Amino acid sequence: MLKSLRSRAVPLASSAHQIETLEGGDFQNGTLKPFDETLKLQGAWPLTPRALDILQVNLGYMCNQTCAHCHVDAGPDRKEIMPLDTLKKVLEVAKKTGVPTLDLTGGAPEMHPHFRWLIETARAEGIKEIIVRSNLTILEANANYKTLPEFFKKHKLRVVSSLPHYSVKRTDKQRGEGVFSKSITALQKLNALGYGNDSELILDLVYNPSGAFLSADQTALEKDFKMKLKEQFGVSFNQLFCINNLPISRFLEYLLASENYETYMETLVESFNPATLSGVMCTNTLSVGWDGRLYDCDFNQMLELPVESTSNHIDHFNLERLLARNIRVNQHCYGCTAGAGSSCQGSLT
Amino acid sequence: MSDTYYNPKDLKNFKNISEWSAPLGEAFFSYYQKVFEEGALSAREKSLIALAVSHVVKCPYCIDAYTQDALKRGIDEEEMMEAVHAGAAIEAGATLVHAVQMMNKHDKLSL
Repeated sequence: MLKSLRSRAVPLASSAHQIETLEGGDFQNGTLKPFDETLKLQGAWPLTPRALDILQVNLGYMCNQTCAHCHVDAGPDRKEIMPLDTLKKVLEVAKKTGVPTLDLTGGAPEMHPHFRWLIETARAEGIKEIIVRSNLTILEANANYKTLPEFFKKHKLRVVSSLPHYSVKRTDKQRGEGVFSKSITALQKLNALGYGNDSELILDLVYNPSGAFLSADQTALEKDFKMKLKEQFGVSFNQLFCINNLPISRFLEYLLASENYETYMETLVESFNPATLSGVMCTNTLSVGWDGRLYDCDFNQMLELPVESTSNHIDHFNLERLLARNIRVNQHCYGCTAGAGSSCQGSLT
Repeated sequence: MSDTYYNPKDLKNFKNISEWSAPLGEAFFSYYQKVFEEGALSAREKSLIALAVSHVVKCPYCIDAYTQDALKRGIDEEEMMEAVHAGAAIEAGATLVHAVQMMNKHDKLSL
């Protein structure tokens, strides 16, 4: 199994080194326009939040998989886990702000020791929508995790799962050997419980390109995924979210090693679509790191770029101040504004 | 000037052909865009046809462009290769069908 950048102790494991890479090269020599300059040309700088609709909580970087493109650099060797006190603060903030959606991510969020407690408490407190971003294979990992689909159903969690392709070859190449087959088994079990077929049990899939290219039209891909997965495996799901790979962490490592980095960045910049700016997720989401620090998005979290606000930790959360902040941008942001746009909820246009 | 006849970067400058003849260039690009829109055939099917034809006409720019297009559309390796074989089979057939002409000529000239 592939190891995380962190455990390999390679220079790219450092967020500062990643930022240096992103700010150098063609962006430094003037061939490509830095993202903030593009925003200025559009009259859209600084980018500011419009609301807090989603509190995206990263429960930790531990994962049972080590996907080749992972922007979190997650894996079994990562030990960062959100402490219980921080979880309690998150719930307090969710209740106080009345944020409609709690979006749980990782790593594999299910691996958090207090995962079930968190869901039960969040439900009891009346949070409208709870999303769990499940990698699917964790649901097949052992007897304890195998009971999770029933638990998801009981608490009507919205399940959002990665499946980069309906072919075993392309999925396993990106996510590891055997991942496709386990993912299909997990999807079939979720379907058997009503997920993907019942209006209250939503099962969405996330497609991300398996290489140095952008995602195509979400509607067309969703149609293909639905047809192929139904025909070959009897699997149903609700929506397909198409996302672009952002040039950070392990995907950045892949781009550099395969000598695709410059062309990929050129493609992102050339595909900049101003129509995506009104919907980019940093304008309605806040990302909470495992240690309680606050970020404009999960990608800024991985680059260790906390929000530009005095309220930059869950311990001193102040919605008013946070909504008055300017969003931090860098060259990776071109990934969310390319083509049809990209977010944790799929295309933006 | 590149040292080779083909330069991958030239693909990005394809639109520049309009600089020397705007009406013809613009007419071509407008037609090209229209052809690949969803129609009686899906854009996905047209992309596979374009990939096959790219190989038949041996255009490296087209192969580059339509391999990327296939990847973006989620078209898998098997589908891509089958499309190329469909093109290759037509090309091989077009050669081989001329063998009938050879046979006819042979028979006409032979005792």
